[in-house]
Amino acid sequence: MAKVTLRKVVKNYDETPAVRGIDLEIADKEFVVLVGPSGCGKSTTLRMIAGLEDITAGDIMIGEEVVNDVPPKDRDIAMVFQNYALYPHMTVYENMSFGLRLKKAPKEEIARRVENAARILDITELLERKPKQLSGGQRQRVAMGRAIVRDPKVFLFDEPLSNLDAKLRVQMRTEIKKVHQKVRTTTVYVTHDQVEAMTLADRVVVMNAGRIEQVGTPNDLYHFPATLFVAGFIGSPAMNFIPCVLGEEGGRLQVRLSPALVFPVPEDRVARYRQYVGASGLLFGLRPEHIFEQRPHMEPNEVPFEVPLEVTEPMGMETLVYFNIGKTEVCGRVNPNSGARDGQPMKLVADLANMHLIEEAGGKVL
Amino acid sequence: MRAVMRSMKGDRKRAMVWSYFFLVIFVIFFLAPPLYMLITSLKSSAEISAVTNPWWIFHPTLENYTALLTSNSYLTFFRNSAVVSVLVVIVTMLISVPAAFSLSRMKFWGSTTLATGVFLTYLIPETLLFIPLFKIFAWFNELTGIELINHWWVLIVVYPTLTVPFCTWIMIGYFASIPKELDEAALIDGAGYFQILTRIFIPVALPGIIAATIFAFTVSWAQFLYPLALTTSEDQLVLSVGIITTLIKGDVFTWGQIMTGALLGAAPPLIIYAFLMDYYIAGLTAGATKG
Repeated sequence: MAKVTLRKVVKNYDETPAVRGIDLEIADKEFVVLVGPSGCGKSTTLRMIAGLEDITAGDIMIGEEVVNDVPPKDRDIAMVFQNYALYPHMTVYENMSFGLRLKKAPKEEIARRVENAARILDITELLERKPKQLSGGQRQRVAMGRAIVRDPKVFLFDEPLSNLDAKLRVQMRTEIKKVHQKVRTTTVYVTHDQVEAMTLADRVVVMNAGRIEQVGTPNDLYHFPATLFVAGFIGSPAMNFIPCVLGEEGGRLQVRLSPALVFPVPEDRVARYRQYVGASGLLFGLRPEHIFEQRPHMEPNEVPFEVPLEVTEPMGMETLVYFNIGKTEVCGRVNPNSGARDGQPMKLVADLANMHLIEEAGGKVL
Repeated sequence: MRAVMRSMKGDRKRAMVWSYFFLVIFVIFFLAPPLYMLITSLKSSAEISAVTNPWWIFHPTLENYTALLTSNSYLTFFRNSAVVSVLVVIVTMLISVPAAFSLSRMKFWGSTTLATGVFLTYLIPETLLFIPLFKIFAWFNELTGIELINHWWVLIVVYPTLTVPFCTWIMIGYFASIPKELDEAALIDGAGYFQILTRIFIPVALPGIIAATIFAFTVSWAQFLYPLALTTSEDQLVLSVGIITTLIKGDVFTWGQIMTGALLGAAPPLIIYAFLMDYYIAGLTAGATKG
């Protein structure tokens, strides 16, 4: 059990920067997920914490100790790999006990720890099997078991669910969360899947191009994204971004999306947005779930508008509707019984309480 | 659908017929010589030189076998071959397994060039090397007074020049097919490089190691040119050279004993193949498919 601290951590491969100066504090027992597109530096960051990659500059601390030059085996960490990395010639028991056997732990101690981990993961009856006799999900459990047995200060997960099929992935996701609730060890988890990040994390770290875009709880990232990248990355379908102009008419602010479509800015945003009146390169951001069919009762900041739909996609529990504002395709989520039809005009509502105003050039959410 | 299935069945049948046709030809082609050796080894010299059907034994006898197996020189050849081959296998493995491990896993200055270099060494044929080697040994003798020529044990130093490059090369291939995460997992589990080699790499790449072992053994056992050039005294000869130098007396060919000697000489590699065949095949095809 320990906190993990990263201070101005930089990683260059030859001349190519992979991680460009990261500051991050992970509390004891916290579950932190690093998420971002491929090549964003998340795996490199994890591997630097593990000690599998050298650090070009900066400091990594586990607990109170700077571990920059400490070899992986002395960092007291355990890692779960994407392809499980089970030793193919060893049984599950031998796989899980390998680390302890190297440390020459007493036999009874090893047996006790392996059995305990096997019970947590429900793989007791698999202990005598070889990895090739196991299914993907079982292998993943064994890989986690191998980590738990070591009782390390920190768990590191490197895209552990990417090799599983969709259904199993959801199941194992819940499993990992349960395990963390039972074994409260500091965990750093890397994934490119934002759903995985949102569902598992105490805090999510969104990375892009070797930098941290934003750190926050899943709900924070969803409701208050700090950057254009985070706003677009978190949430599915992704947030709509529509070029807009901020105008003022009769003392009230309004966003003009097209000559025909002008939305009033909610009262509580006026003070914050006023300085951007007339500024160029602004984007209006609104999630698909905040564009829906007209309902009998409207909340204060819900504004009705009517557009011809281009395409509708029935998903069962909801229907996605696509339409154009100017040259931008916009997505909304409506009730499947609301009568949305391809090519037909539809009366929709925009919930402006959840709108964002974004400076496109700097990528900053205002 | 049914027509397609029927034609597939027909295709398959035709393919099988052709496969068998060629396989039978190959079997005859490859097995006729050893069979002829076996037949000849069971004949007396008189019967061999008599004008009878050479493919039939009229008076089977084990006299060639008893003659050879009671002859001190043949047993010496056999012992020399066995000792040399076993030691060469051990030396080869002790060098090429760690070499392959370091070349495939530890990135160090020049490691890639070195790996290619290992392979290039193997491409130089021994026919080019035996005279320079001979010269080197002579020069070494002048320098130190140690005589390397005409000792069977010098072959233990010479053969690895053939076996080590090839075995290293195939082991590099095997080790390269072991996922990187496996050593990283072991590294995190607390293993050092030596433990990663002995507890992960060697067991996982066992089929490859066995394939390399068989190769090294076969090369050493069948080697002819080096022992012919480097050893001359009868008690220093290995089997391959011994048979032709002692059983061919001037222009007299004792065919029965030559065949018997060759047949017995071919036995050890055969036995080793038979024992390790399953591993060998698994080794040769490993990495072709996942799992």
